[in-house]
Amino acid sequence: MLDFLKGPLLNLQIFVGLTLRALANIFRAPHYWNDISLQMDLIGVGSVPLVLLTGLFTGAVITLQMSRALNQYGAASQVGQIVSITLVRELGPVLTAILVAGRNSSGMASELGSMKVTEQIDAMRALGTDPVQKLVTPRLIATAVMLPLLVIVSDFMGLVGGYIVGCVVLNLTTGTQFWTTAYRALDYSDVAQGLLKPFVFAMVLSLVGCHYGMNASGGTQGVGRATTQAVVVSCVWIIVLTYFIGTFFIDLN
Amino acid sequence: MASTSLVRFDRVTVRFDNNVALANLTWDLREGDTCVILGAAGSGKTVLLKTALGLIHPDEGSVALFGQDTRGVAESAMRELRARIGILFQEGGLFDSLTVEDNVGYPLENQKSLLCPPDQVRPRVEEALRFVELGHTLEKFPSELSGGMRRRVGIARAIVTQPKLLLYDSPTAGLDPITANNIMTLVAKERDIRGTTTALATHRFQDGHLLANYRYNASKGKLEPGETGTRFLVLNDGQIAFEGSQDELEASRDAYVSKFAKPLKD
Repeated sequence: MLDFLKGPLLNLQIFVGLTLRALANIFRAPHYWNDISLQMDLIGVGSVPLVLLTGLFTGAVITLQMSRALNQYGAASQVGQIVSITLVRELGPVLTAILVAGRNSSGMASELGSMKVTEQIDAMRALGTDPVQKLVTPRLIATAVMLPLLVIVSDFMGLVGGYIVGCVVLNLTTGTQFWTTAYRALDYSDVAQGLLKPFVFAMVLSLVGCHYGMNASGGTQGVGRATTQAVVVSCVWIIVLTYFIGTFFIDLN
Repeated sequence: MASTSLVRFDRVTVRFDNNVALANLTWDLREGDTCVILGAAGSGKTVLLKTALGLIHPDEGSVALFGQDTRGVAESAMRELRARIGILFQEGGLFDSLTVEDNVGYPLENQKSLLCPPDQVRPRVEEALRFVELGHTLEKFPSELSGGMRRRVGIARAIVTQPKLLLYDSPTAGLDPITANNIMTLVAKERDIRGTTTALATHRFQDGHLLANYRYNASKGKLEPGETGTRFLVLNDGQIAFEGSQDELEASRDAYVSKFAKPLKD
């Protein structure tokens, strides 16, 4: 009767096993530093142009859409505060994580999936390497380090976008007031929330990508399926988790 | 004196979901043996070799490697056992992102129990590549090589550690007859020069015929007719349908088994 639960539960069990092994490997030799720096370059540096552009336009769009409502209440001068809180607490981490999931979680699933179906993962085990140590842990570490940094860049670019639309295009407020309200609106818990979220999202999107890649089967079609699943599942988890982390910080205050 | 058992399967069953890949299979590969594993696609040849290597764990029964029961053995300890085995995967299993040199040197650098000094890696890689007559491909990537060359690099990677046991998974699949013959000559060359125990899975009887009836003459640099004591194993749906010599295989009246000896009879 409950047979339909067997598949998802087995999948969850494999995912938890992979997560525990990948985390344990952080504290266990050998460490593949070259792979870690290569992944940091791929995930972090490679995503910078994308994050700069989307961050800039996210801030610009928030300002644009909020300007009417703020004008209605005579609070146009507070636009900096709104952009800053929305970006740092929520949109910066979530949008950046979704972009990186689309770019890198899919990349991990397809790369590892191709290795799986062409027996390279088996070859790795046969030739004396733990594939989780060699493939998953470097991707986990690299994403966990780079995603919070990307979010900082994205948040800053969002504020720049907000400033351009709010102060230069729409003349809602002065530059000094925009930056002062943006800065003053934030307290430590906002910054903590804004950095904890990408850290958690990084673990989720890298592990989900690697999980679907490592368990791909059925040739090239299977690799395609794994890639799609990795992106969809990562994005769903990012949105679900942002709610729970947000709730946790609201309760904390 | 009886030779020692390198791989022993004792009533091994392997299942994937509801499909039985190996069913209650008992098999013994002893030091110095040459065993040709024949079978149609999906008959369990690859699963048999991967189970022997400990890459797949049996659902029932036990596998002993070099006399050691592998049930409950940790993955780290299994890596040490695997260091004594060389394997050629069906498609070569080469790492796309590494050069030929790095691919062949990979086991020397990663199998810690081999204790290969770093300055010995390159000479040993060059020696293994010369053995497969690909000494000029060190800097190339697998994608730049032909199918036959990739298999030869795979063989170089399998033999670079000078293992006692070599497993070949369909080394000639998808290759033209001339390239396939060159690959099989290399398999026989490795077996006869180094005395390596060999298990070869294939669906081509010609491969088994060559291993069973030819020996590599190192001084002449070519194969010559000679007795090798090769045993044949025919798998059907994960079960052993036949085990014995080439003569017994050719004399078999079993409808499935006789199909594998027919190509040369006709």
